[in-house]
Amino acid sequence: MALSDLWFVLIAVLFIGFMILEGFDFGVGMGTKFLAKTEREKQLLIHTIGPVWDANEVWLITAGGAMFAAFPHWYATVFSGYYMPFVLLLIVLIARGVAFEFREKVDSPKWIAVWDWSIFAGSIVPPFLLGVLFSSMLKGMPVDGDMNLHAGFADFVNIYTVAGGVAFVLLSYLHGLLFLTLKTEGPMRKRAKEAALRIYWAAGIVLAVFIGLTAVYTDAFASRQAILIPLFAVVLILYALLHRLIKKGREGFSFTVTAVTLAAVTASFFIGLFPNVLVSTIDSAFNMTIKASASGEYSLKLMTFVALTMVPIVIGYTIWSYYVFRKRLTEDSEHLEY
Amino acid sequence: MEEVLLARIQFASTTLFHFIFVPLSIGLALIIAIMQTLYVVKKKEIYMKMTKFWSVFFLINFAIGVVTGIFQEFQFGMNWSTYSRFVGDIFGAPLAVEALLAFFLESTFIGIWIFGAHKLSKKVHLASIWLVSIGTVLSAFWILAANSFMQNPVGYQLQNGRAEMNDIVALLTNEKLWVAFPHTIFGSIATGAFFVVGVSAFYLLKKRQTDFFKKSIGIGLLVGMVGGLGLAFTGHSQAQYLMHAQPMKMAAAEGLWEDSGDPAAWTVIAKIDSDKQVTTQRLEIPYLLSYLSYNEFSGKVLGMNTLNDQMVEKYGEGNYIPPVKTTFWSFRIMAGTGGVLVMASLLGLFLLFRKKIAASSLYLKLMIPVIFLPFIGNSFGWIMSEIGRQPWVVNGLMKTADAVSPNVSAGQILFSLISFSTIYAILGIIMVVLFVKVIQRGPEERKQEDVSVTDPFNVGGVTNGTK
Repeated sequence: MALSDLWFVLIAVLFIGFMILEGFDFGVGMGTKFLAKTEREKQLLIHTIGPVWDANEVWLITAGGAMFAAFPHWYATVFSGYYMPFVLLLIVLIARGVAFEFREKVDSPKWIAVWDWSIFAGSIVPPFLLGVLFSSMLKGMPVDGDMNLHAGFADFVNIYTVAGGVAFVLLSYLHGLLFLTLKTEGPMRKRAKEAALRIYWAAGIVLAVFIGLTAVYTDAFASRQAILIPLFAVVLILYALLHRLIKKGREGFSFTVTAVTLAAVTASFFIGLFPNVLVSTIDSAFNMTIKASASGEYSLKLMTFVALTMVPIVIGYTIWSYYVFRKRLTEDSEHLEY
Repeated sequence: MEEVLLARIQFASTTLFHFIFVPLSIGLALIIAIMQTLYVVKKKEIYMKMTKFWSVFFLINFAIGVVTGIFQEFQFGMNWSTYSRFVGDIFGAPLAVEALLAFFLESTFIGIWIFGAHKLSKKVHLASIWLVSIGTVLSAFWILAANSFMQNPVGYQLQNGRAEMNDIVALLTNEKLWVAFPHTIFGSIATGAFFVVGVSAFYLLKKRQTDFFKKSIGIGLLVGMVGGLGLAFTGHSQAQYLMHAQPMKMAAAEGLWEDSGDPAAWTVIAKIDSDKQVTTQRLEIPYLLSYLSYNEFSGKVLGMNTLNDQMVEKYGEGNYIPPVKTTFWSFRIMAGTGGVLVMASLLGLFLLFRKKIAASSLYLKLMIPVIFLPFIGNSFGWIMSEIGRQPWVVNGLMKTADAVSPNVSAGQILFSLISFSTIYAILGIIMVVLFVKVIQRGPEERKQEDVSVTDPFNVGGVTNGTK
C-alpha cells in the first residue's frame, strides 16, 4: 500500500471518527429543541456533551488539516469549490461553539433563546452539509483539467445529495437520542428511548432510500460491489435488529449499532471514491486520483510517523475523558450549568 | 484582480480578529495554571477563588478563539487554493500536526478541567489546566512554524511545480521561527498579565475585595514583567533576523529609500512620501539602527531602492517594495506599546514591594487603559510582519496576487466577508458586554449564591432551578 493510499484511509478514519463522535453531540443538540421541554432539561442535555463536544469537533479540524497536508490538491479543490456550503457550515459552527459558553452567562430568556437556536442550527445544518458534501463528491462534480471545481446549485443540491444530507441528520439524531438513553436517568431516559423508537422508522427509510440512490446515481456499486454490498447488507441487518434492541433497553448495543451505521455510511463514500478523491462529471480524464492529489513522499512519511505516534495517545486520553464522565446525569444532579 | 483584494481584506480582518483572542487565551491559561498551582501548593482558599474568577474571562475568550480559528484553517483552501496547492506539502503539515498535537490536547483537557473539578483529584485537575496551557503554546509553535515558512522558506525543493518538503529539521529550526515564537509567546504572556493587572486595578480603585485583587495584581505584575522584558529582548533578535533574511521589510520599517550612512541612525518618527519615494523630517537617534541591526555601533543598512534593484535582477521586473507607511508606523506602534508595558510592570512591582500599590490611584487609573496596549501591539506586530512581506505570499517563491482561488468569484468572497465581519463584530461586542458584566459582578457575589453550588465556573451564570 502506497503512503498516499494509507493517508486516504486515515482521512476516512478521521471523518468516520468525526461522524460517530460529533454525530451524537449533533443529535443531542437537535434534542435541545425536540426533546427538552424545560430550561432544566436543556441544561441536562447540554451537560451530557459539555465535556466532550469541543474535542469531538477537533476531528473535523484534523481531517481538514490532514487533507491540506497529505492531499493539497484535494483540499484546494474541495474547499474552494464548495465555497458557499463551507461559509454556511462555518457560520453555524461558530454560532454553536460560542453558544455553549454564552447561553447561561446572562439571565434573560431572550438571550438564552438566541443561543438555543444557535445550538439547534449548529447541530442540524453541519451533518446535512457533510452528507451533501460527501454524496456529491461521490456522485461527481464538474472538475476541470486544472483541478478547479465550478459547481452550480444543481451540482450541490439534487435528490441524491439531499438524501445523503437527510440520512446524516436523522442518523445523527437517532445516535444522539441513544447517547441520551445511556447518559441520563429517569424521565429523560425514558423520553429519549421513546423518541428513538419513533425516529427509528424515518431514519431507516431514508437510509434504505439513500443506499438505493447510491446504486442509481453513482458508480460505487459497479466498481466496489464486493465491498459495498456486504457492508450495506450488514448495516441493514443490524439496523433491522436495532428496533428490538432499543425496545429491550439494550442501550450500549443500540448506541453501537448507530455508531456502526454512521461509520459504514461515511466509509462507503470513501470506498466508492477509491482510487479517486474526486470524480469529474466533465471528463473522466479529469478525475482526481489519490496519487495525483497527494503530497511528496517525504511529507507523507513524516506525517505518517507523527500520526502513528500521536493518534494512540490522543485516543488514550479521549477514552480516559469518557471514563471520567461515565456517570449518568439526572435533573437533580447538582450542577448542570455550563 | 478584485478577488485578490477582497481575499486579502478577508484574511487580514479574520486573522487580526482571531489574534485578539489567541494571545489572551495563552496568557490567561498560564496565569490561571499558576494560580491553581498556588492553591494546590499553599492550600489557601483565596487562590482557588482567584482561579475561578479569572477563568470566567478565560473561558469566554477561549470559546471565541476556538471558533474563529476554524475559519483560519479553512480559508487557505477556500480563498487561496493556488497557494494551497503550491505549498500544502510543507505548509499543511504543521497545521495537521498542530491539530493532532495541540488542538486535541487543549480541547479534551479544557472539557475535563471545566467539568472534572469534582470528579478528579486536586492534582489531576491541576494537571489538566497545565495541559491546556501547554496545548495553547504548542498550537502557537506549529502555526508559527507554518507562518515562518512564508516569511523565510526553508526545507523544501521545487518539484512537480510545487514546493515539496525535504527537510523537516530545517523547517523546525527555521531562524524566523525561533525569533518569532518566543516573541509571540512573550507578547501573549504580557497580554494576559496586563489584563489581570488592569482589571485588578479597577477593583483596587473601587476598594472592592482589596486582598483578593492585591494578590491578583501581584501575580499579574510579575508575569507582566517577564512578558514585557521577554518582548524587548526577543524583539531585538527579530530586527537582527530581518537584516539578513528580509532586508526589504527592515528598510520599509525604517522608511529608508536610499542606503543609510555608516553608522546608521534610527528614525523615531518621520514623514514618508511613498509616491516621491522620500522620507523627510526625520527625528533620529544616532548609531541606534546599526546597533539594532548588527549589535554593534557601525554598519550601514541598505535602502529600498537598492534592494528593489537587487530583486528585479533576481526575480524579474516588478515593484518589490511593500506598503512603506503601514510597515513604518506599525513597527513604531508595536515597539512603543512594548516599551510602555516594560515601564508599567517595573513601576508596578516597585509600588508593590513598597506596599503602596493599593494606594497609588494614579498608577491604578493608568493601568485600566493599559489593558488594551498589548492587543494593539500584537495586532500591529502582525501587520508589520505580513504587510512588510508583500508583494510575496511566500517570500521569493510566490506572489500574493498569484495565490488566490481561480474559481471563486469576487461576489462570493464579498458575501463571506460581509457574513463573517458581521458575526465577528457581534462576537466582539458580546465579549465586551460579558466581560463588563463579570467585572461588575466581581468575585464576591458568588457567596450570595448557594454555597453548595460547587461548579467552579458558574461565576455570574444563570442558576435557574439549580437549587
